[in-house]
Amino acid sequence: MNWQDLQVAAPEIIVLLMACGLLILDLFVSEQRRGLIHLVSLLILALAAIITLRGIPAIDAVTPVMAFGDTYVRDSMGDLLKVFAYLLMAMMLIYSRHYLRQFDMYRSEYYALALFALLGAMVLISAASMITIYLGLELMSLSLYAMVALKRDDKVATEAAMKYFILGSMASGMLLYGMSMIYGATGSLQIHEISQAIANQGSDNMILLLGLVFTVVALAFKFGLVPFHMWVPDVYQGAPAPVTLFISSVPKLAAFAMTIRLLQDSLGGLHGDWQGMLLMVGVLSIALGNLAALAQSNIKRMLAYSTIAHMGFVMLGLLSGTPEGYGASMFYVITYALMSAGAFGVVIFMSSKGIEADNLDDYKGLNQRNPWFAAMFALLLLSLAGVPVLVGFFAKWLVLQAVVNVGMTWLALVAVIFSVIGAFYYLRVIKLMYFDKADIETPISAPSDFRAVLTGNALLVLVLGIFSGPLIAACMAAF
Amino acid sequence: MLTLTHYLTLGAILMCLSVAGIFLNRKNIIILLMSIELMLLAANMNLVAFSRFIGNPDGQIFVFFILTVAAAEAAIGLAILVALYRNRQSINVADLDDLKG
Amino acid sequence: MLSEYWPVIIFLAISVGLGTALLVIGGLLGPSKPSVEKSSPYECGFEPFADARMKFDVRFYLVAILFIVFDLEIAFFIPWAVVMEDVGLTAFAAVVIFTLELAIGLAYLWKKGALEWE
Repeated sequence: MNWQDLQVAAPEIIVLLMACGLLILDLFVSEQRRGLIHLVSLLILALAAIITLRGIPAIDAVTPVMAFGDTYVRDSMGDLLKVFAYLLMAMMLIYSRHYLRQFDMYRSEYYALALFALLGAMVLISAASMITIYLGLELMSLSLYAMVALKRDDKVATEAAMKYFILGSMASGMLLYGMSMIYGATGSLQIHEISQAIANQGSDNMILLLGLVFTVVALAFKFGLVPFHMWVPDVYQGAPAPVTLFISSVPKLAAFAMTIRLLQDSLGGLHGDWQGMLLMVGVLSIALGNLAALAQSNIKRMLAYSTIAHMGFVMLGLLSGTPEGYGASMFYVITYALMSAGAFGVVIFMSSKGIEADNLDDYKGLNQRNPWFAAMFALLLLSLAGVPVLVGFFAKWLVLQAVVNVGMTWLALVAVIFSVIGAFYYLRVIKLMYFDKADIETPISAPSDFRAVLTGNALLVLVLGIFSGPLIAACMAAF
Repeated sequence: MLTLTHYLTLGAILMCLSVAGIFLNRKNIIILLMSIELMLLAANMNLVAFSRFIGNPDGQIFVFFILTVAAAEAAIGLAILVALYRNRQSINVADLDDLKG
Repeated sequence: MLSEYWPVIIFLAISVGLGTALLVIGGLLGPSKPSVEKSSPYECGFEPFADARMKFDVRFYLVAILFIVFDLEIAFFIPWAVVMEDVGLTAFAAVVIFTLELAIGLAYLWKKGALEWE
């Protein structure tokens, strides 16, 4: 350990120190001045963003820097994902304040757990050894389980937390078992040494393949891909809306990084083997996600199935195995997280006085009750559906292009057909908002910071669609 | 003489037991928590065996971390379990059915 | 190779067989005349006044949960203590930081009242 190691991990160190400081601060702050905790949390994110960004003079000129005995890495992929993780988390905090107040959950545990989950995601994004991958993953997951259960007196929320916990821990167990096999076959836990060992000894090794299977299963669990998706709809529905927002954004970025580190950086030599597995889970997820979403009457459940379908698309980019495909997947996962954060932001906006607005019928006639927010929600839904000019379209386009370039045109066709089917359920919500009469016609509103951020979120989807070049270039440059 | 294969077989048996425990058990959530711990122990067994066999200590260090994380995991699991029990006076797996689409 | 285990297998077979046999024979041959007095639990001559299967106080769980987290810190201290003279100042700093983090956790739950029994 030396000075440079500490500099490489500076954002994580700052977040850790400040999160611990926040815990202590909370002990001396009275109930009425909870706003302070909120502000300090946002400040931590801003500070971490500055430190992360300062390390990149030009985003494409960065070579990976290893630290702590090659267990930690800082590269442009990690920095880009981390910056978006801070942004998403800041949005989540601003959205959730409104909700936490109304649901009597405005406690500092929420902020501390969210910061620790972010720290876990950051460690996971920068991990270069099996040990750091596991530690980051668990720090993130354990904080998320606790966040889901924060509504302690709610039957549904605790049930969701239990299901999330059991299936998540099982996935971690599988991952560990797979890691132990890979360790046995290659004799190392460092991802670069593993990749070296595979290059030297070849991939024809039963133990290695078994390890790969367990690893892919665990990754599929964490992403929520069919057939390991059982927890996704239940957790999305049962968790408090801001926590659902969080689960659908930051951990997805981290899971993407984990997949790249495990499958590409360490097991890249087995590309031929994992391509088939990702192909299967990817196609199944796109198909089942889109079809099952059609049948939902609960909007959080519907968005959960939509997540499954979108994560299937992310797999398509990854399975191509080309830098272009990885860049496309990264662009997809970042933009998906932004869109999903906005969509759940609207769900939070609609919830009031202890009642979650999670039935589709609650969105009837939203246009009469608050035309501006109806328009913003429509924009987000259209982007999720993949309508041109919006960013969701470009994300799908890039992934499909990567798949076609490796000669899997049929796969692209299947994905397009199911996306067209999937567009229907997004349009149904828009129809409910604009053409149905509201049951309750009272206008709804939210604090000004909430309105500003949600508007910015939705417009970002439009702006990133029109000027998608820089972000795409940054994603492509990371590989 | 005990060879690597014996340890790996033991690890595999522990893994099978824990997976069976998770999928077959319909009665008690605490058994699920125990199965998850068993799964981590299966991985630990593999790591220690490989570590000894290859002559590389990294695997044993990993086991330390896994043990610690497993403790934190058990703590969170039990805490969620207590909250769940307070809300529904039951820890029966079959009773976890409020969330359906 | 398996032959080395024969004594163990025979021992297991005999113990399981004997145990089962005793239980079965006792159940079949013994007279069974239960009455209220006989099947009620024995409490030092008192009449039994409460069910023995009472609920375990949930506060024990809280203590247990806190204990699990703190007891494993020793797994990191002992290896460090054994090689303390070889690993030097960096490792010492790392252990101090680790201990401080645990201390923050302890201070937090203390101040939050998690250690209060009532």
